[in-house]
Amino acid sequence: MSSSLVTVAYLASAVLFILALGGLSTNETARRGNLFGIIGMIIALVVTVAAFVTRNYEWLIAIMIAGGVIGFILARRVQMTQMPELVAILHSLVGLAAVLIGIATFLDTGAQYSGVEKTIHEIEIYIGVGIGAMTFTGSVIAYGKLSGLLGGQPMLLPARHWLNLALLIAVVIIGVKFVGAVDHDQAVVLLMAMTLLALLFGIHMVAAIGGADMPVVISMLNSYSGWAAAATGFMLSNDLLIVTGALVGSSGAILSYIMCRAMNRHFISVIAGGFGTTGGSSAGPSIEGEVQTIDTAGMTQLLSEAKDVMIIPGYGMATAQAQHAVAEIAKNLIGKGVKVRFGIHPVAGRMPGHMNVLLAEAKVPYDIVFEMDEINNDFPNVDVSIVVGANDTVNPLAQEDASSPIAGMPVLEVWKGKITVVLKRGMASGYAGVDNPLFVKENTRMLFGDARESLEALAKAL
Amino acid sequence: MKIAIPAEIHRGEKRVATSPEVVGKLIAAGFEVVVEAGAGSGANFSDDVFLEMGAAIENDTAAVWAAGDLVLKVRPPEYNNELGRHEVEMMQEGAHLISFVWPGQNPELLEHFAGRKATVLAMDSIPRISRAQKLDALSSMANIAGYRAVIEASHNFGRFLSGQITAAGKVEPAKVLVIGAGVAGLAAIGAAKSLGAIVRAFDTRPEVKEQIQSMDAEFLELDFEEDGTGQGGYAKVMSKEFIAAEMELFARQACEVDIIITTALIPGKPAPKLITRGMVETMRDGSVIVDLAAEQGGNCEATVPGKVAHRHGVSIVGYTDLPSRLASQSSQLYATNIYNLIMEMCPQQDGNLTVDMEDEVIRGATVVNSGEITWPPPPLAVGAERKPSFGGQEIKPEAAAAAVAEPASAAAKPSAIAEFAKSVWMPLIVGGLALLGLGQVAPPSFMAHFTVFVLSCFIGYMVIWNVSPSLHTPLMSVTNAISSIIILGALTQISSTNTLIYVLAGISVFITCINIVGGFSVTQRMLQMFKG
Repeated sequence: MSSSLVTVAYLASAVLFILALGGLSTNETARRGNLFGIIGMIIALVVTVAAFVTRNYEWLIAIMIAGGVIGFILARRVQMTQMPELVAILHSLVGLAAVLIGIATFLDTGAQYSGVEKTIHEIEIYIGVGIGAMTFTGSVIAYGKLSGLLGGQPMLLPARHWLNLALLIAVVIIGVKFVGAVDHDQAVVLLMAMTLLALLFGIHMVAAIGGADMPVVISMLNSYSGWAAAATGFMLSNDLLIVTGALVGSSGAILSYIMCRAMNRHFISVIAGGFGTTGGSSAGPSIEGEVQTIDTAGMTQLLSEAKDVMIIPGYGMATAQAQHAVAEIAKNLIGKGVKVRFGIHPVAGRMPGHMNVLLAEAKVPYDIVFEMDEINNDFPNVDVSIVVGANDTVNPLAQEDASSPIAGMPVLEVWKGKITVVLKRGMASGYAGVDNPLFVKENTRMLFGDARESLEALAKAL
Repeated sequence: MKIAIPAEIHRGEKRVATSPEVVGKLIAAGFEVVVEAGAGSGANFSDDVFLEMGAAIENDTAAVWAAGDLVLKVRPPEYNNELGRHEVEMMQEGAHLISFVWPGQNPELLEHFAGRKATVLAMDSIPRISRAQKLDALSSMANIAGYRAVIEASHNFGRFLSGQITAAGKVEPAKVLVIGAGVAGLAAIGAAKSLGAIVRAFDTRPEVKEQIQSMDAEFLELDFEEDGTGQGGYAKVMSKEFIAAEMELFARQACEVDIIITTALIPGKPAPKLITRGMVETMRDGSVIVDLAAEQGGNCEATVPGKVAHRHGVSIVGYTDLPSRLASQSSQLYATNIYNLIMEMCPQQDGNLTVDMEDEVIRGATVVNSGEITWPPPPLAVGAERKPSFGGQEIKPEAAAAAVAEPASAAAKPSAIAEFAKSVWMPLIVGGLALLGLGQVAPPSFMAHFTVFVLSCFIGYMVIWNVSPSLHTPLMSVTNAISSIIILGALTQISSTNTLIYVLAGISVFITCINIVGGFSVTQRMLQMFKG
């Protein structure tokens, strides 16, 4: 296959990938977009195999089929509530592949470079492997946290910022030595040493970040996996990899930015980790007042009188797997002529758009699912707001108390509605460790218990 | 312990200090309950219902009083003309009493209690702190008074409150002015609003502005800076200039509105006169004024306490018993307030009361303790004061202040250099210099790739911002799948003769294939759901 033909095919793939991402701008074009992505990938794979693979075909086919089958089964079996875990573990695979390919490229002494080209090539390998290693362990830790294998609490080592700094400096020093190394074997050792440090850095970085910052972490790892691919592209002088890596990298970066904005936090402070532990500012005004509870019967009564209902799902809905019960209730109320809407906070759940996926799974029509900014001014007209397992995203302290760790974070102003019912297991504070005065507002009723059981009972009662 | 609930003897008082529901709860908490026959009739609670809930019914008034270790009442005890005895004298020596007492106005009554060695908790003296909200009978009653004020106004007003367009012509909505947005004022705003009137409200305390606006009423503002916030959620006396400006506003409003509801009270002082005779005169014929401050002398000069006065074609409602006019509702809320108070004193639910004078709520409410006058209570700790709230619209002024303070501290005077660094030019210049440096050293092949890279970042940036937020999860999974394009690197290495490279490449192909197929198919699965 001529090299121009390969280039043209890669160009086609790149265009198809851009169309794939562009397609996601609306629900209608999204599936077509995904199809473009698949076609782009197939073209790239076929052309590459045809142009570069000269032997070991049987092995290659076997490995590809094995990997594909495993991926397919994973995708079929995964619960929608576990999407963040799946995405995290898939990220780790990209990272690992970047490490392996980088090392293999360096070991491959077939291609000879010299002068500046050699230096640049080595820097590319070094950066590619480094980002890949960080993505790999970071994603594995993120997976552990999301799946509950590791605790959601941030792990805060003493002097962790210094530790990070020390790691970074070490990586730079090793990098300088690596580029300057004359002896190939010695360079390999240095590369391995850096890989080890990058792996440790990935672990340490994500371990220090707590559970509800996961939307940012996942987006960030998404971004890293893109940059790793782009670095590999430079290393192999492959434009398709560079284009794709850049697309994915900027996509993840934008998502991180959106998530940070939704929490009113700086990217740096999220990455530095340890929400609410710095400055001891979590000792804000403790809430005073009485919690008023409600039972299913009372809530049925409330809903039977309501004309306008807003449902605010949070991570608790995902953990309780309550999305189907929620959808059932919404359907029932809509059938009775009640105006039902869903209000989604951008960081609700553990990854961007997590709640939307769950509601889509439960077949909630997407035209009644709204972003926070679309509905936040409508709360005064809402008769009943139902908060399902959300806490920090509906905390009025974000607006009322400038010393609160969540001060300034945009929140859903449920308390402006006529009455709010909060479904919650107990009175524990949310991820941010901040008490929520919403729970003791006069127009708030608490429905304690497992959200799914409560909602299923409610759906029956309706 | 036995709880006695005598009938109210004050003229026109229809409330009763308990409700069947609360009787049931008290009995469940270990108390015995005696209710005087007919005590609940004014509030539509028949003796039979009390019997059903487990209370004893006693016909003889004196016997009811004598039976109670704890007596519950609404009005302060007074002289019973029929029996020729004062109610206090009918109490057991050393008994407890919970009712409205108004100790400030009734010092001789306190002496009387002391003579009987009684322990008296005044519902009107409960400190207005957050913890005591559920005991706050003043708020309960004010809420009812505010609602009833609108009903009385509507009753005396010859027209609809809501605007309508009918076949017989157009009806203008009534305009209602509410003066004083405490609990009663806010309740009045809510009631008038739900009847369809156009509601305006005025209050000297600026922090209630948001509460008024949250109820969809218009907040009338003076062009004058003075904060009227006083103690305990009440207003304080304002300066002369302020009052002049305020009166001018009312005078202008009087020409315009159909209904005025006044709720202005300053604790320990006669009610401020806000509506002069002249203003009444300028109001349209058929207009109504409801004066909720009638008992304290009235906010309107023409108010006759307890009556509806007609002056210059305007009806001025001066009823002082508005809660009693909604006897069933107010008895129910009052009874619940009292029940909550009893539960504060009887945490074990064993039918015994402990008057804990260390508890600031109980301390505040107790005006006589075992014959010793304990009124007035020592001042409350600072900061425990509660703003009166209504319908959950408790808005803390300090929160508002904090909200203003926050951007100010964040902005912390950026220097000119920092300003420049933040502007759009600085990154451009830095980026440009970096590119120039790179162009000096890098070989052309690298620069070609670099061009592609930078342009792709921009394309990514443009494309991703268009992605619908609801599709962010599919976006992540699909970007995940396409980032596995890294497999191309492994594919170029797999034909290597070096075993190590070959194995590494093999592993890479394996895991990226998981990723490619997994990523695309899970995306497909999710997008199927989004079909809707």
